[in-house]
Amino acid sequence: MATPQAIRPTQINVPIETESVKASPMAKLKIRNLNFYYGSFQALHDIDMAIQPNKITAFIGPSGCGKSTFLRTMNRMNETVRNTKVEGELLLDDENLLTMDVTNVRRRVGMVFQKSNPFPKSIFDNVAYGLHVNGIRKKSVIEDAVQRSLEHAALWTEVKDTLNRPASALSGGQQQRLCIARALAVEPEVLLLDEPCSALDPIATLKIEELLFQIKNLTTIVIVTHNMQQAARLADSTGFFLLGKLIEFNDTRKIFQNPGKKETEDYVTGRFG
Amino acid sequence: MMVEISRQRKVVNAVMLSLSGLCTVVVIAVLFFILGYLLWHGISSLNLDFFTKLPKPSGESGGGMANAIVGSGKVLLLATAIGVPVGFLAGVYLAEYSGKAFAFLLRYVVDLLNGVPSIVIGIVAYAVVVRPMRHYSTFAGGLALGIMMIPIAVRTTEEFLRAIPNSLREGALALGATKAKTVFTVVVPAAISGLVSGMMLNLARVAGETAPLLFTALGNTFWSKGWLAPTATLPVMIYNYAIAPEEDLHKQAWAAGFVLLTLVLLINVTARVIIARGPASARR
Repeated sequence: MATPQAIRPTQINVPIETESVKASPMAKLKIRNLNFYYGSFQALHDIDMAIQPNKITAFIGPSGCGKSTFLRTMNRMNETVRNTKVEGELLLDDENLLTMDVTNVRRRVGMVFQKSNPFPKSIFDNVAYGLHVNGIRKKSVIEDAVQRSLEHAALWTEVKDTLNRPASALSGGQQQRLCIARALAVEPEVLLLDEPCSALDPIATLKIEELLFQIKNLTTIVIVTHNMQQAARLADSTGFFLLGKLIEFNDTRKIFQNPGKKETEDYVTGRFG
Repeated sequence: MMVEISRQRKVVNAVMLSLSGLCTVVVIAVLFFILGYLLWHGISSLNLDFFTKLPKPSGESGGGMANAIVGSGKVLLLATAIGVPVGFLAGVYLAEYSGKAFAFLLRYVVDLLNGVPSIVIGIVAYAVVVRPMRHYSTFAGGLALGIMMIPIAVRTTEEFLRAIPNSLREGALALGATKAKTVFTVVVPAAISGLVSGMMLNLARVAGETAPLLFTALGNTFWSKGWLAPTATLPVMIYNYAIAPEEDLHKQAWAAGFVLLTLVLLINVTARVIIARGPASARR
């Protein structure tokens, strides 16, 4: 895939008004003063961010910069890791996400992982799983939701005749789209994706990017990616992380064409990282 | 000099290779020798009567061990009903819930329990079930074998659950599933073939236990009167017949040994087939 011309910075040292993004009352997720610790190691430092509804927000940064950790605080997945601590404020529609019932948080904030993780069940049962655990039993409702989710994940035409086959029979790209369908089935308000394409070839990657564009109007998407072109192609806003700090968060075009910070510029132009 | 060393090496190598090869042959031969020996001595008693008739009174020839076969079945059924659920759930706790320090302790206790001699477990079952009830019973025998199944059931469950990749747990949790829901609807089903076959191997292991049954299920020569009455079992029958003076009973004991061993081997082979054919995810 060709590198978009757009990622070359044309100008530097222009003050960027990141505060405007933060202050937006429309934000789906508001994060204030977020600190996160693995034991005594502080992995995130004072993160402030507002994530806009029905937009794609991308996080970029070198390995170990905290972008995945940050993503995993948004559905409290980090709680499954022992000896972790989170401080600060995480608001989902102005509700405190950190004090909400955790199963409720995860139903409202879905997640797709780096490595596709279909359950050893049929394709149908994989997509229906989230509905089952949330107490939906009516067969017709489940069937409709499964079809709708698979359509949104651009997988329906490929699997509609083999819904009872084990999910493990699908290709890597199909499995990842199945995981997206599975996450969409419970109609999450936010969908978190942790490097969803890092194990996929360019064609499978393109399919996922296309479907993410398509489902933007259904949910709010937050994606962590190692691939800067992917962020440039997909995202409305991009945040750049370095050593556990959010260095810069702004419109994607600004981040890539006209970054406000030296570190961001160095990273997006490939000078380090 | 160099030639000398290399020749010496070759000789040592050849000796070690043939020694270990020979021992391998011995290992394989022992099993077939036992099977063949049992069959050789018991074949004359292995007929339909053996599986369908009760033992004949002392002095008469013929008869069978139908009561012992059924009795063994009942004792093993009880043992499974007691040992598998307890061991399985404790194994789930160990693999999915317990903290590191407690898991270490629990694992240690389980290993100690596994090391308790079977006759001691028999005595305990005798003391807590037979004595208070004032009679030997199928139940007491099943309980003794059930307790013997617990440690292996715990460790088998723990190991097969730990082999399931964490990404599956995260996938379920991320959909709003509770921890328990995740364990029982995703992790356990993913490990099911391993769990089932592990439990079968566990059952096969206790199927031949004799000592704990001697003073719990006791044994008799007629149909058992029920779960709370004594029952004949194959291992105890073998023991009683083998030390009896009559030649005819020795033959019956050989035949019973052959049947018991065949049963154990069948369970073993079935369990291994289940493991081999299990879903890919369980093997990953």
